[in-house]
Amino acid sequence: MKKVLFIVLLILAFVVPIDSQSIEEVNFEELSPLLHQNNDTTYVVNFWATWCKPCVEEIPHFLEVASEMKDEKVKFVFVSLDFPTQKDSRLLPFIEKHRIGEQVILLNDPNSNEWINKVDPTWSGAIPATMIYRGDSRNFHESSLSKEKLISIIKSIKL
Amino acid sequence: MKKLMMSLTVAFFAVAVTGQGYAPGDEARDFRLKNVDDGLVSMADFPDAKGFIVIFTTNHCPYAVAYEDRIIALDKKFKSSGYPVIAINPNDPVAYPSDSFENMKVRAEEKGFTFPYLFDETQEIAKTYGATRTPHVYLVNKEVGKLIVRYIGAIDDNYQDASAVKEKYVAAAITSLQAGEPVDPKETKAIGCSIKWK
Repeated sequence: MKKVLFIVLLILAFVVPIDSQSIEEVNFEELSPLLHQNNDTTYVVNFWATWCKPCVEEIPHFLEVASEMKDEKVKFVFVSLDFPTQKDSRLLPFIEKHRIGEQVILLNDPNSNEWINKVDPTWSGAIPATMIYRGDSRNFHESSLSKEKLISIIKSIKL
Repeated sequence: MKKLMMSLTVAFFAVAVTGQGYAPGDEARDFRLKNVDDGLVSMADFPDAKGFIVIFTTNHCPYAVAYEDRIIALDKKFKSSGYPVIAINPNDPVAYPSDSFENMKVRAEEKGFTFPYLFDETQEIAKTYGATRTPHVYLVNKEVGKLIVRYIGAIDDNYQDASAVKEKYVAAAITSLQAGEPVDPKETKAIGCSIKWK
């Protein structure tokens, strides 16, 4: 019986992919280089959290645009402000459910007064918020973005 | 030229954003809003208060929830020395049913709020003050009959863990006011849930 159980478990281990997705957890200093890449790629860095309703509502737009622009030099990064204690209970399940293949980073740096202005001085701290940039050309947007607006900002940055 | 235009655009938006709502030093307007006890509350109802810790907050926002116990502690600590908390929910309950007036009553009861919890149904007060997120604090000081905003921002520097807080911004600001010293910092930022406008 024990042997059967072992074999079943062994088979399951191969058939059911063990959740190997791990999310990088960083402080702001570690995140910072991602906001200052200097190359010909346009970076779309979205600040969100699973508990933030407008964030969750706009993410499908971002994923659609990411998929439509997958052959272009546009990189999407989702910076989660979820509570680190809810990484396994909320964040990972959300990423799986919505099949977010883009990079997700958990920003764990509670002293946000220290870093909000470094993302953009106009940011009040409310989420969602999105920084779209290429080199020195930057566009920061606080509040939700429609698919059309997102595309138009990305295109304006690329010019 | 393009760069100059961009700088100008950025500068314009910076002005546009900070131009909305109050800055430290501005005179704050009073309000008359429905409290969870069904009465109406204004700052004018507290003639003995030296000022007010006005906090825009909501039921639903996890960041606001993380601060509930600290908001109660602020009220307990500073009410007796003249700076009571007045909490205001500005959120649109159509978008967030858990932020409805009925649910505010439930939450105030559950947590045993020791302060008024008001409903800014028209969102006029939040807009006038310039609140964008929850929780968002405006520390108001009574100065020769006027209500002057002396601090705007976060309660402290760690939403995750009250025991890991290094700087208690609101408490420090009140201590400065009581000592007749300038408030520093006058303004802080924090991540929070965006207020859903109607």
